[in-house]
Amino acid sequence: MAWFVKPQYTIKKSATIKQNEGLWTKCPECHSIIYNQDWENNLHVCPHCGFHDKLNAFERIQMLIDPGTFVETFNNIVSADPLNFNDGTPYIEKVKNAMLKTNLKDAVVTGYGKLEGHMIELAVMDFNFLGGSMGSVVGEKITLAIENATKHKRPLVIVCASGGARMHEGILSLMQMAKTSAALKRFSDEGGLYIAVLTNPTTGGVTASFAMLGDVIIAEKKALIGFAGPRVIEQTIKQKLPPGFQSAEFLLEHGFVDIVVERKDLKSTIARVISYIKGK
Amino acid sequence: MRKYYLEFEKPIQMMEEKIAELKKHLDSDFSVELREMERKLQYMLEMTYKNLTPWQISLVARHPERPIFSDYRDKLFDDFLEIHGDRNFRDDPAIITGFATLGNYRCVVIGEEKGKGTKDKLYRNFGMPQPEGYRKALRAMKLAEKFGLPVLTFVDTAGAYPGMEGEERGQGEAIARNLFEMSALKTQIIATVIGEGGSGGALAIAVADRVLMLENAIYSVISPESCASILWRDASKGPRAAEALKLTAPELLKFGVIDEILPEPIGGAHRQPEETIAIVRKALLRHLDELVRISIPKLVQARYQRFRGLGVVQVQD
Repeated sequence: MAWFVKPQYTIKKSATIKQNEGLWTKCPECHSIIYNQDWENNLHVCPHCGFHDKLNAFERIQMLIDPGTFVETFNNIVSADPLNFNDGTPYIEKVKNAMLKTNLKDAVVTGYGKLEGHMIELAVMDFNFLGGSMGSVVGEKITLAIENATKHKRPLVIVCASGGARMHEGILSLMQMAKTSAALKRFSDEGGLYIAVLTNPTTGGVTASFAMLGDVIIAEKKALIGFAGPRVIEQTIKQKLPPGFQSAEFLLEHGFVDIVVERKDLKSTIARVISYIKGK
Repeated sequence: MRKYYLEFEKPIQMMEEKIAELKKHLDSDFSVELREMERKLQYMLEMTYKNLTPWQISLVARHPERPIFSDYRDKLFDDFLEIHGDRNFRDDPAIITGFATLGNYRCVVIGEEKGKGTKDKLYRNFGMPQPEGYRKALRAMKLAEKFGLPVLTFVDTAGAYPGMEGEERGQGEAIARNLFEMSALKTQIIATVIGEGGSGGALAIAVADRVLMLENAIYSVISPESCASILWRDASKGPRAAEALKLTAPELLKFGVIDEILPEPIGGAHRQPEETIAIVRKALLRHLDELVRISIPKLVQARYQRFRGLGVVQVQD
């Protein structure tokens, strides 16, 4: 065997990042290094630049719902594969991987619980599960949550975070937009209060259905909210978008969002809206 | 002579050209050879169009000579009066709305219009509506509801326009509002997919009691090209994506997304636009006859149930 051979492997550069794991978090926006405990305490908001990083569904629920009052509903509903979709990896495989990665059944968690004492029906989307995409399960669970809210006359809060429709379920994903919107119409006609919370990012089919149908729409600071994604628009118009385009603040300015809040004020703001409309 | 042939129609083109050539030189149409060739051509058309792949169907759905909404507007209805504007911002030429007579019915008509010729196409933004287009459509639907007129919509769009102005004016909100309102609109709604049913931009005028679809139309959550460029970073893999997306009429009928497939004349709607329009007219009249017999509350309830039931999930024990 020769003394000097070219190594048959490549050096993984992630080693340095790994060292930081467990202690420090890097802000994805301004790249400043934040002590993990501070990051957690600050609800994944960068203390330096104010960037709101994604929360997973249960972190979000923990943040919004009074301790010990959350009851999860409809968590026995999982994806089927109506199209037999295979783009190299079978769709079912992708769903399984996402389940393992996120410990969720699909991209939304539904349930009810108390928010500053108000019993609410809640649906929280999780972007980590296949980009928060809406397929039949998301549509069905959100519709069931809306119907539950209608039945129990509870205020409804949906926390949106989604890249849009789940193309692996084809036209059936598209139909979820009609389904959820139809359920919201019934809820609204019954006098139900629906507060939509838009978080980073909320785009595509979710924006074009329940995200934009709130009686009151609250967005988290700097969240990207739009119908078409920025990349699609840039490709269409063949120019760069100005900074801040499709941000929560941009939508507020154009009249499509009622309130833009920092994450730490989200819970109290929702509670205030409920109090104003439904009383204490 | 036809001007535009799709790639897979090349043999048909050759045959048609041969026949035309032969006709030029012959004095009589009764030549045995010519008749034989015409029979063969018919057979070729039939065979080709019977076995189209989903990708080929996507191409036929967007064929430049395929009848578009303005053809239906002019030939399907007995008369038509256009109304304009969303009363908020402007009139969107990508969606045409108006009043029309169809047999014994007075109705409100809404159609996505791709335009004819370069100038008109640009004016119509190639049939890709802005938010004000959807708001105009909703205004027309509300008029229909108020005066008890049925609504007929014609879907033919690549999608809602993904541009800056659309975002500024709430493209998402406009579509969402239509879905919301259409789901409980107190009048009959029939949607017909005549060409391309492009995602939310199509659905925004297609929450209907009956959804009809021409044989070679497509209706999908995303275009095959965009799907391919997301999945494989390669828009040229459209044929594979078209296959995977199940965007053809028979597939959609299986899912319960559409109610009826309207057969096109042999060789596709673009070969015989008049006949195609007559087929659609007949179907619309038949469905209207059925729908007007159902009470409005029952109709709205059935419409809700229809969309409520769409989707396939597994329930674990």
